[in-house]
Amino acid sequence: MSFVTSVSTGAIRAGTSVMYASLGEVIAQRAGIINLGVEGCMLAGALAGYIVTAETGSPYAGIVAAFVAGGLLATVHAFLVVTRGANQLASGLALMFLGLGLTAFFGRPYVNDQITPLRDYPVPMLSEIPYFGPVLFDHDPLTYAVFPLAGALWWFVFRSRWGVMLRAVGESTESAFAAGLHPARIQYAAVAFGGALAGLGGAQISLAYTATWVENLTNGRGFIAVALVIFAMWNPLRAMAGALLFGGAVALQLQLQARGVGVSPFLLDMTPYLLTIIVLLAWAQRGQDAFPAGLNKVFRGTG
Amino acid sequence: MRRILPKRGGWLLLFAAVFATLFAAACGGDDDDTPASTAAGGATTASGAATKPVTIGFLYVGAVDDGGYNQAAYQGQLAVEKLPNVKVIKAENVPESAEAERVMEQMIQQGATIIFPTSFGHLDPAIKVGEKYPNVTFLHQGGLKTSKNVGTYFGASWEANYLAGIAAGKVTKTNKLGYVVAFPISQTLLNINAFELGAKSVNPAVTTTVIFTATWCDPAKIAESVKSLKDQGVDVLNQHQDCPGAGIQAAEKAGMFSVGYHVDDSKLAPNGWLTAATWDWTKLFVDLVNQVRDGTYKVSQVRQSMADGVVKLAPFGKAVPKDVQDLVLATQKKILSGELEIFAGPVKDQGGTEKIKAGAKQPPVTELETMNYLVEGVIGKIPQ
Repeated sequence: MSFVTSVSTGAIRAGTSVMYASLGEVIAQRAGIINLGVEGCMLAGALAGYIVTAETGSPYAGIVAAFVAGGLLATVHAFLVVTRGANQLASGLALMFLGLGLTAFFGRPYVNDQITPLRDYPVPMLSEIPYFGPVLFDHDPLTYAVFPLAGALWWFVFRSRWGVMLRAVGESTESAFAAGLHPARIQYAAVAFGGALAGLGGAQISLAYTATWVENLTNGRGFIAVALVIFAMWNPLRAMAGALLFGGAVALQLQLQARGVGVSPFLLDMTPYLLTIIVLLAWAQRGQDAFPAGLNKVFRGTG
Repeated sequence: MRRILPKRGGWLLLFAAVFATLFAAACGGDDDDTPASTAAGGATTASGAATKPVTIGFLYVGAVDDGGYNQAAYQGQLAVEKLPNVKVIKAENVPESAEAERVMEQMIQQGATIIFPTSFGHLDPAIKVGEKYPNVTFLHQGGLKTSKNVGTYFGASWEANYLAGIAAGKVTKTNKLGYVVAFPISQTLLNINAFELGAKSVNPAVTTTVIFTATWCDPAKIAESVKSLKDQGVDVLNQHQDCPGAGIQAAEKAGMFSVGYHVDDSKLAPNGWLTAATWDWTKLFVDLVNQVRDGTYKVSQVRQSMADGVVKLAPFGKAVPKDVQDLVLATQKKILSGELEIFAGPVKDQGGTEKIKAGAKQPPVTELETMNYLVEGVIGKIPQ
């Protein structure tokens, strides 16, 4: 495979998990809720998916479990910040540690276990196309699904009636409430859905990418996902691009090393954060425009 | 949908629940028996002087069931626990930072007088804490320096990796071997170099390509590294990671051969498994603890080899033909008897410079552990 093909394929493989988590966080933040516990939701999804796959032998049952587990854990966050009016940042961090601790504890018996992995399904014909074939059409189902999902979420946020409601809540819960919406319900749904997507991201690592469970399997990818939301300016398609850039940085450094080119893995590991800072610097004003005005606020009304 | 609930009580409950869970997660599983290897030959009981109760702390950078580095050290802990009048405190996931100092101080406050900081980066924190508590003995795994009350121990895993290199050099069809390594420290460089030297001893055309991941355990990055190596035609994978499992599975999936590390992971690769350098810390840990207890321990850099039983070669997989197995075992005998020295001169670095002069004997271990170069035949650069 050519260098470009290898790096592009690697970018998609390595970027998918972060893409799921980042898309989910875009939705949650569009409803005005920051969830710093994405990492915890990813881990919950990764482990739940792994356990169910190990017990049932079906990675598809595992995917469902991952979706549910990520969503449930995020619901704890929604309860704390929406119903109880807790500080979003504190609650999110608590959620991250809760996810880390719970999965470490319940994952014990599954370390060094083996599962039927979610395997790659090369698309007949298409995967034979030179260059583009292997890059786009030789992946696992979770990877195939994430790209249409990003497009669908973009349409949902910016073109659908539901998206208007979601954004209205994120801009001003009071106004949304006055307009007859139920901000709390929408926020619950957005946060739970965001967590569920993070769960899928975790499952992509534990079921497809590595077919492994170890403690802290996600290694901080949940935080990268949160950083990417700012980079993406709360736009699902930009989040997709950001996740691919992250995956590309990972793949690039490994592909360069495999070719004997000296490159510092420490330096390239900073790429997603550097990108975020650069975007914040360059588009500070536009970034503020996209920033959901109600983000991190506590809505004290009813709903 | 009016939900104005009383505030304080609910919060307290929730926090209690969260902390209870975290606490359970942190402290749970202490009594779990991990599957894997044995405590054979370890549990020799101490002399009479050693029966005074003692508390011993163990620090791990990861989880003790990682199927790798920490699990191997944990087997040593289990052997120590069987000694009479020994109480053990264990802390997992201790980062290589000031956090390690806090964990060690907590252990000392709980009465620990012997501490095993088992990760490479736990050394400086141990030396710092050691200055504060001169009566506590620290036994650090793999450290390259000592202080008044901080000694170190390690084993020559490179001897087993040299042997694995022979197997790899014999079975490779592309003459390209790969090594996925966490950080460029002397111990990892020694393993890489020995692996390449072993392979080259039976196959002069063979090269070893190195990838540094800059983390001790990130399965996704390891899997991606394996794919990158596969793209370059590499067909044998070796690893220096704390959790080699994901890499072994990725290699198996890609139809590659794999060499494991730390523990026997052969079940992960029924087709491609060659062998592995594995640890058996049980006897060394018990000996060290007994020495400290009866006052005979002197701070030093204890270095043991395959001959001492600290490093072992895992059973061969079916991918290693009988004649290659025989060759490896015959070479092992020569290493055990001292007839073969892996780093005897000439040893050239990647640039062709003679780092160990022709005819020179293998340098002492302490000198080997300052190794900062890759040998001729290794592809890749040490990140600065």
